[in-house]
Amino acid sequence: MEFLRPATWDEALAAKAEHPSALPISGGTDVMVELNFDRHRPSALLDLNRISELTAWESGRYEGQEGEVIRLGAAVPYARITRELSTELPGLSLAGNTVGSPQIRNRGSVGGNLGGASPAGDAHPALLAAGRDVLVEAESVRGTRLIPIDEFYVGVKRNSLEPDELIRAVRIPVADGPQQFSKIGTRNAMVIAVCAFGIALHPKNGTVGTGIGSAAPTPRRAVDAEEFIGGELAERGLWQSGGLIGPAAIQRFGELVAAAASPIDDVRGTAAYRRHALAVMARRTLTWTWNEYTQSLRSAA
Amino acid sequence: MSTIRTEKNLQGITTAHPDGIGGSPLRPDGILKVKGEFAYSSDMWHEDMLWGMALRSPHAHARILSVDVSEAVKHPGVQAVMTHDDIPGSKFYGLEIKDQPALAMGKIRYHGEAIAIVAADHPETARRALAKIKVEYEILPTITTEEQCLDPETYGYVHEPAEYKGHASGNVVHSQKVISGKGVTDEVRAMADVVIKGDYVVGMQDQAFLGPESGLAVPAEDGGVDLYIATQWLHVDREQIAPVLGLPENKVRLTLAGVGGAFGGREDLSMQIHACLLAQRTGKPVKIVYSREESFFGHVHRHPAKLTYEHGATRDGKLVYCDARIVLDGGAYASASPAVVGNAASLGMGPYEVPNVNMLAVALYSNNPSCGAMRGFGAVQACFAYEAQMDKLAAELGMDPVELRQINAVEQGSIMPTGQEIDAPAPVADLLRRVKALPLPPALDTTHLDVRDIPGALSNTSHGEGIVRGVGYAVGIKNVGFSEGFDDYSTARVRLEVIGGEPVAMVHTAMAEVGQGGVTVHGQIARTELGVEQVTIHPANTEVGSAGSTSASRQTYMTGGAVKLACEAVRNELVALGRKRYGWTYNDLSLVGGKVVSASAGALVPIADLLGDSAIDLTREHHHRPTVPFDKETGQGFGHVQYTFCAHRAVVDVDVELGLVKVVELAAAQDVGKALNPLSVVGQIQGGSTQGLGLAVMEEIVVKDGKVRNPSFTDYLIPTILDTPPMPVEVLELADEHAPYGLRGVGEAPTLSSTPAVVAAIRQATGLALNRVPVRPEHLTGTGE
Repeated sequence: MEFLRPATWDEALAAKAEHPSALPISGGTDVMVELNFDRHRPSALLDLNRISELTAWESGRYEGQEGEVIRLGAAVPYARITRELSTELPGLSLAGNTVGSPQIRNRGSVGGNLGGASPAGDAHPALLAAGRDVLVEAESVRGTRLIPIDEFYVGVKRNSLEPDELIRAVRIPVADGPQQFSKIGTRNAMVIAVCAFGIALHPKNGTVGTGIGSAAPTPRRAVDAEEFIGGELAERGLWQSGGLIGPAAIQRFGELVAAAASPIDDVRGTAAYRRHALAVMARRTLTWTWNEYTQSLRSAA
Repeated sequence: MSTIRTEKNLQGITTAHPDGIGGSPLRPDGILKVKGEFAYSSDMWHEDMLWGMALRSPHAHARILSVDVSEAVKHPGVQAVMTHDDIPGSKFYGLEIKDQPALAMGKIRYHGEAIAIVAADHPETARRALAKIKVEYEILPTITTEEQCLDPETYGYVHEPAEYKGHASGNVVHSQKVISGKGVTDEVRAMADVVIKGDYVVGMQDQAFLGPESGLAVPAEDGGVDLYIATQWLHVDREQIAPVLGLPENKVRLTLAGVGGAFGGREDLSMQIHACLLAQRTGKPVKIVYSREESFFGHVHRHPAKLTYEHGATRDGKLVYCDARIVLDGGAYASASPAVVGNAASLGMGPYEVPNVNMLAVALYSNNPSCGAMRGFGAVQACFAYEAQMDKLAAELGMDPVELRQINAVEQGSIMPTGQEIDAPAPVADLLRRVKALPLPPALDTTHLDVRDIPGALSNTSHGEGIVRGVGYAVGIKNVGFSEGFDDYSTARVRLEVIGGEPVAMVHTAMAEVGQGGVTVHGQIARTELGVEQVTIHPANTEVGSAGSTSASRQTYMTGGAVKLACEAVRNELVALGRKRYGWTYNDLSLVGGKVVSASAGALVPIADLLGDSAIDLTREHHHRPTVPFDKETGQGFGHVQYTFCAHRAVVDVDVELGLVKVVELAAAQDVGKALNPLSVVGQIQGGSTQGLGLAVMEEIVVKDGKVRNPSFTDYLIPTILDTPPMPVEVLELADEHAPYGLRGVGEAPTLSSTPAVVAAIRQATGLALNRVPVRPEHLTGTGE
């Protein structure tokens, strides 16, 4: 196995172009497990640890995205996201806080989650919920490609990167409303998600974003649930009034989230439990975000 | 302990050395382990060392049609490839029944059975060579369920009748009945006012020790082998290894290497024979280290069990009878199954007086992973069932569950269903009273919520919604030491000499320090008995006699007892030296503070002066009082050395909508006879409680059609710090006059009652029956098996 250690981003892109089957490694929290279990023997590893810009983030305005955006380097570890970006990216920050152990959170990153594209990656539901204009910056020697998050996940552990592309960063709009993330594990820390749910209220455009993890071949949005609750909030003027959503609509939202999943029975849980838990998490997180939204309305008034 | 009177000439002399018995000196390996500096067996290295690796079967039941190693042998860097054909000696080994082939012969009986071994200059080379071994299998239908195992005519034999080596027949390894009183007849049943029945299931728990199986075999010039190994019992390893190598036992020398936990999982051999075979064949040192995944296939697990219980009681809560059947799945090979059956049968009524008993316990052969020793050893499975029955009975009678237990609790003088009298303190009712009297933890404060305190913790599944608290109680009974007529003696050698002007004791045993703190206790005993400051612990090896196994809660009792005997012998010889030299006639001599001291006349002479250049070096064996095998038909017999008791109160919060559990507090009370090292004792009780908590809510090897589906710490979950609650511990010290210092084995009892206590608390919170452990979120939400 070759071990490539580019010193700069340009060298990394050149190396990837030359060795398209090289597997990028940064924190190694996923890649090393696969290697240790002998599930994967890549011809080469492409070590990105010397490229410091991957562990930086910046905020700014970018073409094609509304409002302020966080451009999050692919290798910014979860611990730093939770510590430094809990206001700007509350959903991702909560999701990051559920990843592995403190040691893993010091090494694991969103770039790794996206590269692995496991349906169980904790970042995915938060990224999906954060909005349709979340963009993955994929780069190669041929140039930069911005992949909308909705088009990124294409199959079980498969993403839409080309063989010569590397993930440079993710561009995530700064939250314009409350966001939440919940995850089920069968113990109280250090678990791979049995299933997970992310939600983001977007009062600016009057939509609700969702993301489901570990309950379908890919991370996915609960589109019907988003449309239902978006419609409900708009028709009843709740965005303006800050009134109660009511148990019937919350219940329906949960049902639609559960219906959007295509879970399987496996060693971590049954399909029936996953659907059930998604409905519960959807109801609870919608309630939490809505309560937070109405409180912010009241304190602003 | 002290025989010294506080007279003036004795001032400044005290027997209560802070690092003697009853003190809590810190263990020498503790800080090293926390800092990652402890040398484990997997860290060993030798010049010219080769790496050994085993090829394992992907099938649970298959005939091996052919094994072609020709390509593997040719692989560059490979030094040896071996199959059963290449074994020089006996092809079988086993703890009690030698039914397990060192390398598979003709048939595969479980998923992961080793077929061939390779030695190569690099682990990666060995791995590639293994991939080149071609095995042709004829896959056979698996025999895995109780129904299949008990009907071999239809479903087949795990071991064909001609090859069967167990204690029973068919696919049964061993069975044991216990019948007492009038048994359970219609007449007896008629005496009961209420009858409670239940079927219970215990899943397959793993020891989940952190240090994977590993060791280093070094060929010796005399044609023998020196094996450096992480194990629980050096001598019984040797007994099993030597015949396979075709060597006499004295040519197989074992030295204990750093052990990363055991919990029963190192009682059976794992890589020992394979490393020795490869070292013998290549003439080079061979190291084998299992990966975590291989470790799940490399050791036996806790027997999964199906238990059927029927209790009859009077209206006022007195037990009248119990009819019980315990079926343990022993898997492919016998391992410790017979002894596990003996424990389940003889302890399966719990710490209760039951006048009429009909008990049957059996262990099956199947194509599931082999099961054997694990902390609690047959008593764990039974405790889950009988404690659930006690709660059901209390509910039926409208009684307090603790009170029901107390009125039926055994005490000193009670007769066990085996006819054995409990001839030492048995404070069962008092232990229950104590855990119940402890203050309850405060209610969940939902106004100042820290998600780490509630079910789901950082997974952020609840901000107080759906959470219901429950409280549950349980108590258990465990034996200490090997039972049923087994003389599991321990040997200790103690040497006293003067080094640098100071008397120094060296303690040499073959005791496997697996993390239990035995070496610390040996030092404490030597300090107390010999009055010395300096104690050296000699590396554990087979140069000294057997110390028996580090299991059955027995090491402090047995090897600690041997160290005490050896120290006493050394002391007697030293005192005899003094009598001879100085003509002492005192009858009140002891060794304290580096001196020979008379209780009446005070300090007589420094040990260093008395001993001079000579050394006293003595070896003693410690045997516990004899026991007898249980009668095959009635289970009657003085079968156990000692009984030990622990009670728990569990407080849990359950998210009843999501089926997630957070144990809020797990309080324990245990009688330890005498706490030689109180800090270690509390550590053992908390560790055992945590392992029981794991079985209650998460730990299970999932096996389907004989295949292990979760051989990793990603999917075999053990409690993390956020799953481990505060654990207040009450320690009672009621001496057992039969035991050294009056002590009682500590390690296993807390593992028994913690599981049923946690499940009882979850039942109280949810109102669900929960007849199976581990309890999964599915069971609490009605969304699956």
